[in-house]
Amino acid sequence: MTFGQLPYDLAHLLGGAVLLLSFVLLYQRRISAVINAFATQGALLALAAAWQGYVQGVTGLYVTAAIAFGAKAVLIPYALHRLVRRFNLQRGVDPALGIGASLIAGVALAGFAMMVVLPATAGQRALAREDLALALSVVLLGGLMMITRRNLISQVIGLLSLENGLILAAVGVAGMPLVMELSTAALVLMLAVIAGVFALQMGESFQSLDTESLQSHRGEGE
Amino acid sequence: MSILTGLLTQLLHLALILALAPVLTGCVRWLKARLMGRRGPHPLQAWRDVLKLLKKRPVLAENASAISRAAPYMALAAAVLAAALVPSFARGMVLAPFADLLLIAGLLALSRFAMALAGMDVGTAFGGLGATREMAFAALAEPALVLVALIFAILAGTTNLDVITGIFQEGALGLRVSLGFAAVALLAVAVAENARIPVDNPATHLELTMVHEAMILEASGRHLALWDFQASLRLTLWLALLAAAFLPFGMAAPGAGPIAWVIGLLVFMVKMAALGFALAVFESAIAKMRVFRVPEFLGAALLLGLLGAVFLFVSTGLS
Repeated sequence: MTFGQLPYDLAHLLGGAVLLLSFVLLYQRRISAVINAFATQGALLALAAAWQGYVQGVTGLYVTAAIAFGAKAVLIPYALHRLVRRFNLQRGVDPALGIGASLIAGVALAGFAMMVVLPATAGQRALAREDLALALSVVLLGGLMMITRRNLISQVIGLLSLENGLILAAVGVAGMPLVMELSTAALVLMLAVIAGVFALQMGESFQSLDTESLQSHRGEGE
Repeated sequence: MSILTGLLTQLLHLALILALAPVLTGCVRWLKARLMGRRGPHPLQAWRDVLKLLKKRPVLAENASAISRAAPYMALAAAVLAAALVPSFARGMVLAPFADLLLIAGLLALSRFAMALAGMDVGTAFGGLGATREMAFAALAEPALVLVALIFAILAGTTNLDVITGIFQEGALGLRVSLGFAAVALLAVAVAENARIPVDNPATHLELTMVHEAMILEASGRHLALWDFQASLRLTLWLALLAAAFLPFGMAAPGAGPIAWVIGLLVFMVKMAALGFALAVFESAIAKMRVFRVPEFLGAALLLGLLGAVFLFVSTGLS
């Protein structure tokens, strides 16, 4: 399998677009823009899954696509928008590491993912290997976003976008059983619910969603 | 014979670009006005302004040196030469062997250099402010452009735009992730280079955040006409560059006859209209960003170019 065949090219390009959205997540300052970028990423992920379902002829992937679209492009962003409005969080996301520095770290991580995945998968199809590298980059960028943001909502989005990377890797591999994908999807919904409850609790106790305010309650003594 | 056709296409191309440039600017202005619910000036108004200003004598400040007189001509000459290199409706023009992306980047940098010099020459506060900002942005925009050229070089084996367009036209490379990153980076650089809206507002003389207009605030008469023409030329050049690199359909092959030229010309017009329309919609839809955020915006473009290059580099090196 080489370049120049439309099914694989398009899957590859969709993977690249998902990675691009991960960078947009890191780049945005306003919380509502971050949520919108996350919704777009979810929609693109659904598109990638549906395209893989069409190419591989697997019906189960359409289910994955529908779940990804329903949960990540519609439900979770809607809930997050409501949280933001409830706690009046329209101001900036207050990154712990500057935007420029986190973008540079992101590019370094993407390069790192390439260097790890490509030698480890030698002998496989070139495109499958690059798709895997793209997915790993999305996972690492999600982790980076969790580290570099102080705001709870940004951290939740980082975690969910990390999971987007996992789904992206899973749909690219032929023969992944549907049970796996259903269980990851259930996991994401659980995550979102727990994060929502946690955010509500935290907002009511501290009147802010800044995780900095948790520092003094860690019980380590001053 | 082939040299003769090459020469003929080159002359036709140059005439087309020179005639089209102010029309394109006028059309984008008119479209923006319509989108914002105003009637807007006639699309040919930009041409009329240039012709009217060309007849007027420039008024120079008392302490203006020879730089203020020479800079408009230098900038325009560099822009015309760069525009002559970017293929529009046909490949295989006489100057095609020199149509190197790095050379085009250099010519654009030369014209920007002339503009910054002209801005600082008289010593007014606005001119110097615009010039410093322009140079600060260029420090990020130019490396991004060079990185995009590097991506093309790894994929196509050359930085010659004419050859790159030919290879992409055949479609042998397919869709590549790196090309997608390169396209986004190049779009961001194009927006910054042409002083369009998220970076700079092309329709104002009255903002503290202006960049392009601040540098030519002192220009008048003939010189202002040259600056305006140069700005339209750069916009046309950038759109043609984007079209040549990413939408290379319908372009006439080298040595093709007049029928292929006519088809290429029509397709080129459609591409320019589509890109101009997209630009007008984009500019109407978003707000200008703060000056201090522009380096972040261009830095993101630079990093995207870097990411595309790293992807290509690692995947070609390890596979």
